[in-house]
Amino acid sequence: MIDVCIIGGGAAGMSAALGALENGAQKVMIIEKDKELGGILNQCIHNGFGMHYFKEELTGPGFAEKLQEKLKNYDLDIKLDTMCVKITPDKEVHYINGNEGYQVIKAKSIVLATGCRERTRYQIDIPGKRLAGIVTAGLAQRYLNMDGYLIGKKVFILGSGDIGLIMARRLSLEGAEVLGVAELMPYSNGLKRNIVQCLIDFNIPLYLSHTVVDVKGNGRLEQVTIAQVDEKFQPIPGTEKVFDVDTLLLSVGLIPEIKLLTDQKVQLNPYTKGIKVLDTFETSIPGIFACGNALHVHDLVDYVSLESYDAGKHAAKYSNDNSPVVEVVPKNNVRYVVPNQVKLNNDEEVMFKYRVTKPIDKGTLVIKQGDKVIKEMKKFFLLPSEMETITLSKSVFTDTDNITFEVRIDE
Amino acid sequence: MNRLDTICTICPRGCRLTVTKENDQYNVQGNFCKRGVDYGIKEITRPVRKLTSTVKIKGAMYSRLPVYTDNELPKEMLFDVMKALENVEVNAPVKAGDVIVANVLNTNVNIISSRTMNNIE
Repeated sequence: MIDVCIIGGGAAGMSAALGALENGAQKVMIIEKDKELGGILNQCIHNGFGMHYFKEELTGPGFAEKLQEKLKNYDLDIKLDTMCVKITPDKEVHYINGNEGYQVIKAKSIVLATGCRERTRYQIDIPGKRLAGIVTAGLAQRYLNMDGYLIGKKVFILGSGDIGLIMARRLSLEGAEVLGVAELMPYSNGLKRNIVQCLIDFNIPLYLSHTVVDVKGNGRLEQVTIAQVDEKFQPIPGTEKVFDVDTLLLSVGLIPEIKLLTDQKVQLNPYTKGIKVLDTFETSIPGIFACGNALHVHDLVDYVSLESYDAGKHAAKYSNDNSPVVEVVPKNNVRYVVPNQVKLNNDEEVMFKYRVTKPIDKGTLVIKQGDKVIKEMKKFFLLPSEMETITLSKSVFTDTDNITFEVRIDE
Repeated sequence: MNRLDTICTICPRGCRLTVTKENDQYNVQGNFCKRGVDYGIKEITRPVRKLTSTVKIKGAMYSRLPVYTDNELPKEMLFDVMKALENVEVNAPVKAGDVIVANVLNTNVNIISSRTMNNIE
């Protein structure tokens, strides 16, 4: 019997394993589909990782290696090149690999740390022919940084998320010409540092409130047409711009990879359609936990690691108690809050993570339970792309009414 | 350079800065706080950047080894350093922190391996 079985060996899975091992779990297993641990960190060769978790600036591969070094102190069963195909409510884990074939093992608790997938062309309905050269940014990043293939020579990028911006710089440095980045929203979704160091440094124009309305080519992409959009995100006729490019990179969002749990009818968070979790990161299926980008998309891997460490810790300490559970509900100007529920079983601290629905220069975070104000805090320069956190002791929640998070806009 | 339009990266507010030079005096506009002045002047006078890239590796699980600069480079040298890395080739095994190119282009900056790559042959 495995104590904690972790699905996924990226930043979240490795950190969950560490959390489990440092909190009493004896037998821990990681199931990883790739041929080494590290996950997406291995292709994120840029720096800026690790400032919160390791207190030093690291590259993605450097961050992954530091986590692996920590795990080397423990006896840990790591299954590489192994695909988890099913998990069940009685905590069976079904996996396959080339050496063992189809295996079923039992675990006391399971942590889902499967990360997320990139949204593709078909999820954002880009019209036009099916052409080679239309690639998600993360896939292009793997081709370039790990396999050494330049995906194209003349590139247009849709989406100003950080992966798209970082690829704009990487491709420019490697000799490709990046003709522009289009962003549907009237503001960029990327960190300011990346706007400066990935676009302005390389004279790459950013077209806000623009989207791709047509792609043309013969087998391979030859031309991309963008147009400005109105406030309902509809293209405005007459605003089209045409770019002769062989590659269109898509950096248009990430979707948590949760099929293993939705197959088991896990409860979802109605606000994000992601998995609903307690403050212990336990899902609606007792003994099954979720963390990292599989739970919600983070902008910093440091927060993935901190969160997943806790998930692993709680998985190690898992026990089925019947303490009351209260809901955590986002209200005015707050898009979502994680965790979605708090179990009132002790006075431990909980780090709540939330995002706002729109940029807010000056506001007040108001946390209430029922009508009672639990906490008020002034906030400045909130952006939807930057996750906010607040840590509270569970002792402040004294009854079983819903906990609400809102941001009041101050003049 | 006599004028630079950029965005301050010191905090998430991201002020849009305009830095201008007049009679050897730098003038920064658009900044919300005074940290923006120092940032703007440095960006127009001596902008520096860290660089990360990859070099060829033989005998490892992948064909590229990720590398980083252990210090900041003058911004205008980024493409020169990329060119200098074009023909660098290393053999596995390599450890994280190994110096791949010392003092690249006499900048006093070293090119360092970001990760360990074992020999799999």
